[in-house]
Amino acid sequence: MSLAARVEGVGLIGPGLAGWPRARDVLCGRAAYAPSPTSIPAPEALPAVERRRAGKCVRIALAAGLEAVAAAGREPRDMGAVFTSSTGDGENVHAICEMLASNDRLISPTRFHNSVHNAPAGYWGIATGSRRSADSLAAFDASFGAGVVEAMSRIAACPDEAVLIIAYDAPYPEPLNATRPIPDAFAVALALASTRAASCGATITLETGAGAADVLDDPQLERLRRAIPAARSLPLLRLLAQERNGEATLDYLEGLSLTLRRS
Amino acid sequence: MKPVLLSAYTMTSCLGHGLAPTRAAFRAAASGLAPCHFGAVDLETWVGEIAGLDDITLPHALARFDCRNNRASELALAQDGFSAAVAQSAARHGARRAGVFIGTSTAGILQTELAYRRRDPASGALPPDFDYRRTHNTYSAAEYVRARLALAGPCAAISTACSSSAKAFASAARMLEADMIDMAVVGGVDTLCLTTLCGFDSLQLLSRAPCRPYDIERDGISIGESAAFFLLERAPREGSIALLGAGESSDAHHMSAPHPEGAGARRSMEVALASAGLVPETIDYVNLHGTGTPSNDAAEDIAVHALFGDAVPVNSTKGMTGHTLGAAGAVEAIVSVIAIEEGRVPGSAGTRTVDPALRARYEVHGSARNIARVLSNSFGFGGSNCSLVFGRVDGIDR
Repeated sequence: MSLAARVEGVGLIGPGLAGWPRARDVLCGRAAYAPSPTSIPAPEALPAVERRRAGKCVRIALAAGLEAVAAAGREPRDMGAVFTSSTGDGENVHAICEMLASNDRLISPTRFHNSVHNAPAGYWGIATGSRRSADSLAAFDASFGAGVVEAMSRIAACPDEAVLIIAYDAPYPEPLNATRPIPDAFAVALALASTRAASCGATITLETGAGAADVLDDPQLERLRRAIPAARSLPLLRLLAQERNGEATLDYLEGLSLTLRRS
Repeated sequence: MKPVLLSAYTMTSCLGHGLAPTRAAFRAAASGLAPCHFGAVDLETWVGEIAGLDDITLPHALARFDCRNNRASELALAQDGFSAAVAQSAARHGARRAGVFIGTSTAGILQTELAYRRRDPASGALPPDFDYRRTHNTYSAAEYVRARLALAGPCAAISTACSSSAKAFASAARMLEADMIDMAVVGGVDTLCLTTLCGFDSLQLLSRAPCRPYDIERDGISIGESAAFFLLERAPREGSIALLGAGESSDAHHMSAPHPEGAGARRSMEVALASAGLVPETIDYVNLHGTGTPSNDAAEDIAVHALFGDAVPVNSTKGMTGHTLGAAGAVEAIVSVIAIEEGRVPGSAGTRTVDPALRARYEVHGSARNIARVLSNSFGFGGSNCSLVFGRVDGIDR
């Protein structure tokens, strides 16, 4: 069986992809892709104390999420949220492991509470006041796909609640970077609603299969797709940017892929 | 939601390997907590350690997954005929229709903590035997279970701190309802590591004694470790024990402190009851999150008392198991199911004098009782809340 939803809004921040309007032009071929380091906006939505404490993952996840919600014309507090990330906050975990390896094991309380995988979900609640459910998933390279499967099932089970997917990844510092190289930060957010509850946006249906994922024509974008788990979303984003009906097949788990059909 | 059958289950913790010693400990309100000697940490606290993890070997083909966390899974999956039940079910439904959703907060991060002590002195590199993906990465906890059970459907680790494995049930139930899958292995696995021991210490949330939920002298948590798994399928028969409802919410308040009035906790319980089509009076026992920190128990009490008054027996079982963090939701799902099966409210180990400021009907001692439905709470950092309702399928008042 296939699951369906409408994409009411998109948010995107990645290297050379600052915001969905600009990324859309690149993905549908109206503008050339010009890579540049990811620039993450300050999390203005957070109170001052939390703003100071927020790491890179929190900042990029919030920025992408808020962009998608604004494009959808919804209030964040009316939406469930599905956060998904391969790695979480690598700088923070590195600092904790360095400290624990030293003789001084006094890690700071802020570092510890920021170490939870659901830190962006927690800060999202604080920033938006949303008391709806927020999931926080991890599926290594399949993390974006896991978020899509979770969000689409959520919409099928509770069609009245719109759901925001926020997939994000950020690099580790060395030495962890050598074991899990992620070249730059990337976040994508999709504001989804059931075909019944949505007010705008293309309809997508989801099926699992075994076909190979679509590749991107631009070699630099294709490199990005392969290098950052959240960027495994790019074939779907290209389909949405082109505003045409068709299919996008995304990497998911070993032996499984996800095909999303836009109609 | 449609009730979901709990076809098989197992739990391994400081109370023992598998359900038999677990049931015995619940009956006796026995605590598995002991003074912490883990990892040569100099902390005055008690922990609930799984015995024998150092002797567990993973199958050769999965040897690269070797770490304390996956050893706990390996040990637990071998208990109570669980793996055989999963294999039978997968033969019926097909491995691609089998989902795996595992809650964990820290997965195998202990492996990284240890690897950071063995960095190359010149380059700073981690040792070559360190396998980031299969030990440290959050997903390793789910990937190991999926590989070990040879399942091939949707899979994710759910990592929302101490609500993680409760939320795994909610995810699986939705995917069954959406017909993405026909069966699911859900559970929670979290094991001792320095990040959580030193982290909770930094927040001054570790009890110096075995934790004392709801006690007037409660002073924090005792960290435990556990692996607990369930096999979920559709269409429970009358009389069987099922997941009847699930509710989730966010506090939108603070990263590490609960909402002081328990607003998020109340919402997750209300949503869980609504999804089960039940009113509070139909619940026979509430298994609290009940960590034993002053703030959790106070906030949770406000929320529980607002819904259940002093009519429904409630308590926390963390004095027996310790707070197993990301595994707590699955551990307390086991508590809930055993309470229904045996018709018995478990006792609250560690609690001596209930804080008179707390108003819910807290039961320090275990007692025999007809229990048709249990509500279980799990709350985590980031204000992540999840409540589950378990019950006998023939006992539903709608």
